[in-house]
Amino acid sequence: MLETVEADRPAEVAAAGSPEARRPRRELLPYALLAPAIGLELLIHILPMLVGVGISFLKLTQFYLRNWKAAPFAGGDNYRIAVEIDKPAGRALLHSFEVTLAFTLLVLAISWGLGLFAAVLTQRAFTGRGLVRTLFLVPYAMPVFASVITWSFMLQRDTGVVNHVLVDQLHLASQRPFWLIGDNSFLSLVVVTVWRTWPFAFLCLTAGMQSIPTELYEAAALDGAGITGQLRRVTLPLLAPVNRVLVLVLFLWTFNDFTTPYTLFGKSAPRQADLISMHIYQNSFVNWNFGTGSAMSVLLLLFLLAVTGLYLLVVNRSGEPRTSDA
Amino acid sequence: MREPTWFRWTRRVGLSVLSGFTLLPIYVMVTSALKPLADVQGNFAWFPTRLTLQPFVDMWHTIPLARYFLNSVVVSSIASLASVAIALLAGYAVSRYRFRGRQAFSVVVLSTQMFPGILFLLPLFVIFVNLGEATGLPLYGSRLGLIITYLTFTLPFSIWMLVGYLDSIPRELDEAAKVDGNGPLGALFRVVVPAALPGIVAVAIYAFMTAWGEVLFASVMTDDSTRTLAVGLQGYATQNNIYWNQIMAASLTVSLPVVIGFLLLQRFLVAGMTAGAVK
Repeated sequence: MLETVEADRPAEVAAAGSPEARRPRRELLPYALLAPAIGLELLIHILPMLVGVGISFLKLTQFYLRNWKAAPFAGGDNYRIAVEIDKPAGRALLHSFEVTLAFTLLVLAISWGLGLFAAVLTQRAFTGRGLVRTLFLVPYAMPVFASVITWSFMLQRDTGVVNHVLVDQLHLASQRPFWLIGDNSFLSLVVVTVWRTWPFAFLCLTAGMQSIPTELYEAAALDGAGITGQLRRVTLPLLAPVNRVLVLVLFLWTFNDFTTPYTLFGKSAPRQADLISMHIYQNSFVNWNFGTGSAMSVLLLLFLLAVTGLYLLVVNRSGEPRTSDA
Repeated sequence: MREPTWFRWTRRVGLSVLSGFTLLPIYVMVTSALKPLADVQGNFAWFPTRLTLQPFVDMWHTIPLARYFLNSVVVSSIASLASVAIALLAGYAVSRYRFRGRQAFSVVVLSTQMFPGILFLLPLFVIFVNLGEATGLPLYGSRLGLIITYLTFTLPFSIWMLVGYLDSIPRELDEAAKVDGNGPLGALFRVVVPAALPGIVAVAIYAFMTAWGEVLFASVMTDDSTRTLAVGLQGYATQNNIYWNQIMAASLTVSLPVVIGFLLLQRFLVAGMTAGAVK
């Protein structure tokens, strides 16, 4: 007989105490089932990552691309180039990193705020609620390249709807501003990314709220809590586990975003909106310097691992007591 | 409980503004797709004065849209079907068995899901190019090569979502199947798969959608004959003209199938996507 996972059934938990069940059986079947997945993981994830680390120590430019074994060893040169902030390449990378961080935090905060706002507003039934909920899912369901290409049309200086409204209809500016180059490009990137990101926050928060028992709201209402009081005392504390995952996922997605800037700006993004994925892409596939590109990717990975690890550590520690008394 | 008036008004105003924000690009997309080229080259007009379906005809000729469509369908379908098939076996193992390395496997799957695509793109590109030079295997620029790179993101989340779905299928079903004389694989395919079918379909659709919209790998790993829609639409911007009306018509056409698919299956998709977060 095979050992199955039965942790959620009390009877089985008791049975697990018997000597026969306590000893883990060496079963081959789970490994056989996993074999294709493990094989592929090795081939498409582990091997490329090792190769990527290897490349980051090579002087791999377009001359050696077709024959990487001939590429000269670079030692730590690629890493030195990436982090030397008083040289152009290092300064550009640092700038791109700062832009990406600011962009990510802004998008994260606005998307989460809008998601919570809309989830609270649609929590109680009203006429048209189903329609509104479905509508809010559309930006998430649409292919990103299709919606962002529409945004790039809307943000065109001479033919776009944005300047038509701001300049022709509201007369907020005398000159038509550019939205896809210069300082405004950062703002454009944030708005477009929020448009397609906040529905996911809405989705997760709505699902989280649906699992909150209504008795808790009734009890809070009996205690005299109004809408804001219920939000503060019931909704937000009970959403804490959802938020813990949601914030991390939103952070990683936004930080690594490539499709939005690439579709909005083309192969080379304006300096003000030079996100890190675009920056590495450009270094590798426009300037054909794979060595430094790989070194930057490795540094990016280390940063993301550090942030994720630190986040999980902080969140789990501060989250413990709250989950235990909930 | 009665809602205070301020709350009702906040809801009306707040949801109206958000709906407007959401609808704006969709409105621009639909109306611009129905305008002749001259009307999208001048100042923007809220209401089209001359309605035409010509952009929906012309869009197939300006760029080889049909070929891009076919490439996207082939690559996305195979990538999603392959990853769901592999993920189903792996997900069943993780969901139903305790074994050495289970935890490690889950951690690897979860973490590769959050790594940036660029991390895998560079080495895969170099590997494909050099493998092609050494063996003549044309991975770079081929559909097969693109499918392999798509598995880097469709496989991890397929495994992750399927573990969640399979966990929600009662284990009594497996037991009953075994009592009826099925082996573990019989239990999986005769009983568990039919019970989890909506979830499995949802994962496949979600994988398909993600592959359908992928740009990073497609922009590097394809040539003109294997280009997908996500990258191909850029072709409407030529030296002389940007055919915005055709771009909008094509964007609408490539969005409709996935949006409809998503909305039809939203109940299952939402359950799967939020499972990790809500649990």
